[in-house]
Amino acid sequence: MNYSSLIIVLLILLGGGYLLGRNKARAIANQGMTLHSLPTHYGALVALWTGLPPLLLLIIWSLFEQQVVDHLLVAQLPQQIQAGSSADIQLAISKVHNLASGTGLSASPELQPAVKHLQALESRTSMLHTGLILALALLGLAVTWRRVQNTLRARSEVERMVRYMLFASSGIAVLTTLGILASVLYEAWMFFGKVSIIEFLFGTSWSPQIALRADQSGSSGSFGAVPLFVGTLLISMIAMFIAVPVGLMSAIYLSEYATSRIRSFAKPALEILAGIPTVVYGFFAALTVAPVIRGIGESWGLDVSSESALAAGLVMGIMIIPFVSSLSDDVINAVPQSLRDGSYGLGATRSETVRQVVIPAALPGIVGAVMLAVSRAIGETMIVAMAAGLAANLTFNPLDSVTTVTVQIVTLLVGDQEFDSPKTLAAFALGLVLFLVTLVLNFVALKIVQKYREQYD
Amino acid sequence: MSIIENHQTHGAPFSDSPKLTARNVGVYYGDKQAIFDVSLDIGANEVIALIGPSGCGKSTFLRCLNRMNDTIDICRVTGDIELDKENIYDPKMDVVPLRARVGMVFQKPNPFPKSIYDNIAYGPRIHGLAHSRVELDEIVEKSLQRAGLWSEVKDRLHAPGTGLSGGQQQRLCIARTIAVDPEVILMDEPCSALDPIATAKIEELIDELRENYTIAIVTHSMQQAARVSQRTAYFHLGQLIEVNPTDQVFTTPEHALTEAYITGRFG
Repeated sequence: MNYSSLIIVLLILLGGGYLLGRNKARAIANQGMTLHSLPTHYGALVALWTGLPPLLLLIIWSLFEQQVVDHLLVAQLPQQIQAGSSADIQLAISKVHNLASGTGLSASPELQPAVKHLQALESRTSMLHTGLILALALLGLAVTWRRVQNTLRARSEVERMVRYMLFASSGIAVLTTLGILASVLYEAWMFFGKVSIIEFLFGTSWSPQIALRADQSGSSGSFGAVPLFVGTLLISMIAMFIAVPVGLMSAIYLSEYATSRIRSFAKPALEILAGIPTVVYGFFAALTVAPVIRGIGESWGLDVSSESALAAGLVMGIMIIPFVSSLSDDVINAVPQSLRDGSYGLGATRSETVRQVVIPAALPGIVGAVMLAVSRAIGETMIVAMAAGLAANLTFNPLDSVTTVTVQIVTLLVGDQEFDSPKTLAAFALGLVLFLVTLVLNFVALKIVQKYREQYD
Repeated sequence: MSIIENHQTHGAPFSDSPKLTARNVGVYYGDKQAIFDVSLDIGANEVIALIGPSGCGKSTFLRCLNRMNDTIDICRVTGDIELDKENIYDPKMDVVPLRARVGMVFQKPNPFPKSIYDNIAYGPRIHGLAHSRVELDEIVEKSLQRAGLWSEVKDRLHAPGTGLSGGQQQRLCIARTIAVDPEVILMDEPCSALDPIATAKIEELIDELRENYTIAIVTHSMQQAARVSQRTAYFHLGQLIEVNPTDQVFTTPEHALTEAYITGRFG
């Protein structure tokens, strides 16, 4: 049976289990016995025991089925292939799979026994799989249905199972993060086996090409990432230079000065900025802002490259404004009105109240908003790729073209690549650095917030 | 309801030496009228208690006296309110010095998220009352002493004001108000969030403050009104029903509604 019909059957069983459990509980109640829990709890308990174990089996089965089948197939391969390298065996096995499903191109008589074996195996495992799962479902249904008594503590059991289910869900999120981290760490480790970590972190020359042939010219790549870090820092700083003051002041205007009519119009309008796709910002930066900056620069006699850090940073700053303003507006609004009243009651003006009472009280939230914006700026890719160029120049001149960590990760992985060359692995090392920087930023933000919390609450 | 239609305030709403005079004051929130034609004097150096059931407009009236209602967009005030013969709703009147002269203490203690010292220094700083650090220190100490808080906090002036207990916070707010040297202090149920001991301290304080300040206090506690005030004004559904010396209001009220309220038949 295929997966979708199997799941439909399972759902029907689950519904049936619910009704059976509930009806049995009702019947018990009708005999005049006092139930420990509501009939629906008994139904839910039977349904959970009918549905959850087969679901678990289904997941485990799909995770390991391929490996078990392949393991069984290896034994059926001709001797000379079995003696070969693991890559040869992999190749043979995928050929067998293709032949078995009828999409194989080359007729390979020496693989025929394995193909036959696979076809037999597949029909058998499919039967076994369906049978096992349905049996487990029915078993769960029957056992739990028999357990339905007036003394069964169905409510607490259901609550416990719900708790486990919720725990598993949050576990998935945490495990995924750990998995990503582990894979990035592993690949970065591979990279640092080929390129020294000192050279990567402190080298000032970034030119990540690797020769395809030994005699190719320019075969030695260099992986000094400092120009990328500097480029990222430069563009993020320009962006924050725009986004923090503008965002914060517009938040103050919206929350403290604007009438509700202006606010109801201006706040959504500002938030539209956050909804514009970054690629749109990207070509706005590359095609509109960068030429304007170049034109202005030239009229002042400055040498401005056509793709500049300034253009990318400015546009990125504009993109981030709604993050700062919307979050700050929320925290400023959360400052209790009683504090403002207290200040007005002493004869303070509106700007004195904002400066000396409202902003200090809202500071932890504002710092959080700014930190979030910084993470966003560091992680932003599209605008920089389009407007700041790809040249890894080590410069602090905002009029020059620079590149960032994220842009380089993209360019390293675009196109056909070997997955064990330093060029590809460098992307993971850069990713690891990015991850660590964001982690540290979040940590610092948390500390700042806690420090002021203690002082002000 | 018919009992208060076209109502004339009973008793003695006027004073021989008025500090604040309100004449025919009406307050509207949008289309809804919250206060109807209230005329009342608040005499110099007296404590007047404003009492009445919830929603009777006593807090709204109090907030008119230093134009705190300005911060509410839809609020509109009619009639005249004069402070020392000066119309406070005159367009030329600046609310900043007005609120420095007519200070306000709120229902819930609302210390700023600053140190105790900075809480007190806040008002003097924005009004430029101190010309040196020493002068500012003096103002802070004097205000805290007047509010009866000095001995409790003098060793931790730079600790956050929010770390004090509820009663201490409220006295801090009173000290903060005194620090700008106002002439009138408006108190909007200053003890409703406090325990009886803290309440007793505040009431004692109000009695001492009367020497230098004119005080109007809104309260839900009739015992409190009886203990701290010289005159009591009873509000009902936005109308000022009766104003009389406090002991008279609580022993021989003139108006039937006042009697009903103080004997606990409603409110």
